[in-house]
Amino acid sequence: MEKFKKYIKELFESGEIEGFLGIRKNGLHPVPHLFTPEHPEELETLTIPDVRYPMTEILLTIVRKYPDKKLGIMVRGCDERALNELVKNQKILPELIKHIGIACSADLAASCRCAQPYPEEIHYGEKVAPVEDRSDIEAIDTMPQEERFDYWMSEFSKCIKCYGCRNICSMCFCDQCTLEDNDLIATGQAPPAIPIFHLIRAFHMAGRCIDCGLCEEACPAHIPLRTLYRKVRESMSGFLGYVSGTEGGEKDPLEFLGSEGYMVPSKIDEK
Amino acid sequence: MEYRTVLTTCTYCGTGCGLLLEVMDGEVVGVLPAKTHPINEGKLCIKGWNAHEFIYADGRLTKPLVRKGDTLEEASWDEALETIANKFAEIKKTNGPDSLGCFSSAKCTNEENYLLQKIFRAAIGTNNVDHCARL
Repeated sequence: MEKFKKYIKELFESGEIEGFLGIRKNGLHPVPHLFTPEHPEELETLTIPDVRYPMTEILLTIVRKYPDKKLGIMVRGCDERALNELVKNQKILPELIKHIGIACSADLAASCRCAQPYPEEIHYGEKVAPVEDRSDIEAIDTMPQEERFDYWMSEFSKCIKCYGCRNICSMCFCDQCTLEDNDLIATGQAPPAIPIFHLIRAFHMAGRCIDCGLCEEACPAHIPLRTLYRKVRESMSGFLGYVSGTEGGEKDPLEFLGSEGYMVPSKIDEK
Repeated sequence: MEYRTVLTTCTYCGTGCGLLLEVMDGEVVGVLPAKTHPINEGKLCIKGWNAHEFIYADGRLTKPLVRKGDTLEEASWDEALETIANKFAEIKKTNGPDSLGCFSSAKCTNEENYLLQKIFRAAIGTNNVDHCARL
């Protein structure tokens, strides 16, 4: 850990980064924090817990206000997949964002059922084996269609419309959210219309969801949202050969507009 | 460039969910659920997710208002408390302590609620104590 703190300090001193988005200890609670060269002493509270916050979502909050700053960000495997999508969608400039890689512990990888619990370059921690587990999808796929429908309707009926799944999602970066469009969703009313509320979000997760599972962790009604989006993610790779979160030029096929190119959301500095 | 989080308790109801206020350059810009909080375990309802929005709302009261004639006028805390004390004393004298009552709030802390019921029971002498969670 000391070595890791020293590394961040060196990045500050060399001017390679002007801030580091990580986690600090606040009493018993690990909380997100932007460490800066002006307050190097704060690095003493830097911690790497088995707790995940939506780091890339927070990064967007900072980048919207400071689009030209060179920032370091603590990235796990899931965060890196999110950053790859954010680059493709012109929300961040890769040359300004430095990935500070964290390999997740075996415990965290197991509890997340994570297929890639480490980023490309690791600065802290040891790589652990990926967890391949699609038992959740299999359990639902084997249900007869009617039973499957009833299962999802029963799950969706628990929704209290908190928007937590949308709020915590690093991939929910649209300027306007369909789930707040009064022509499509009755806003100001709870519970939401089912299944449309959840299906709209599921459709929008196609080509976007990087399977981090923060939505399900944030759901007060314990709706198995991640299973739903994992299924959508599998459909995207199965039918269209696109795996969201991979690095590179290939973009979400659902944003393809033929000869006119891609319907990529507006750049961050145009907002 | 500053981004930090302030760990606090949601003020919207008596559940007491832990949340993080996201503060950028001294301005509260959002809320995150506190993932390690024993009450809400990283979850919030829609009110908690928007618990920061009233902070800069135009209609938010930042000073006590005292009714003078037909209008509410800004006043100092001393003046407001003086007015309340005088009126309470007057009403109690004229109509008895049970002509007074209080509504406390789930938005207050346990200690604040305790003090409010104490002042009404012990100082004023009435059991007319209720709270907003019943509304």
